[in-house]
Amino acid sequence: MPIGDSIPWTGIRWDDILFVALAAVLLVSAVLVVTLRDIIRCGLALIVSFASLAGIYALLGDPLVAAAQVLVYIGAISVLILFAIMMTQTKNAPTRLVFQTQTLFAGVAAAVIAGVITVTVLATTWPAVGSRLVTATSDVAHKLFGDYVLPFEVVSVLLTAAVVGAVYLARRESARSGEDRP
Amino acid sequence: MSNSLDSYLVLSGLLFAVGVFGFLARRNAISMLMSIELMVNAVNLSILAFGAFVAPLRTHAAVIALLVIAVAAAEATVGLAIVIAIFRNKKTPLVDEYDSMRE
Repeated sequence: MPIGDSIPWTGIRWDDILFVALAAVLLVSAVLVVTLRDIIRCGLALIVSFASLAGIYALLGDPLVAAAQVLVYIGAISVLILFAIMMTQTKNAPTRLVFQTQTLFAGVAAAVIAGVITVTVLATTWPAVGSRLVTATSDVAHKLFGDYVLPFEVVSVLLTAAVVGAVYLARRESARSGEDRP
Repeated sequence: MSNSLDSYLVLSGLLFAVGVFGFLARRNAISMLMSIELMVNAVNLSILAFGAFVAPLRTHAAVIALLVIAVAAAEATVGLAIVIAIFRNKKTPLVDEYDSMRE
């Protein structure tokens, strides 16, 4: 039996509930990422925020980008960040002072940015249609390998260069200079 | 609410502001990189919101979002490699102790 477009008797649409829930999870986990003391927990909260963002992408009608978000961000970048956290953990690192001395000004700057963006968005009349448009994956593929084939190739070269550069940067100093260090 | 462009753009703005706060306030270099990822995601969300609600931008937005995801992956790779390389030399991940250029 197909469920209706909105909840019976109340008129609240399912999409709205999904959006509010995903947005709440997203914002709470993002705030946890920047405020938690234990940096491993920051990384785990980052995974939660990536996942809720993938849900919002799917809600927006972009299933391909949602799948890419799950694959690239949750699958690759989060694992990379967690490994980097484990490699840079020291036993004598101060766990109490996680913030700089400029935290107050950072909060003011973030509040100003949030206020300016909100006011601008609400005051502007966008040339938008009233409902979401679902993007078909085949259309995206035709566009990506048609009009955007040059950026696609440039991105592949960029990824290769980034991986080679990262391996070079993160290699041990002794292996780079060729001398034997204990 | 889920059918208006404004709500997605406001959500993206709030996420960007959270990322700005984290980038400016955290001491750990990896925390700063995570905040950068949050900001990249916020921009990506706004791109996709425009694509979903403005008809001429529909497929362009998805393609641009995919390219942004790929570039963000490259940026995260290089950034984390730089942090690990600095950590090898300085033995600390805290950015306020990276002061050898100041002396």
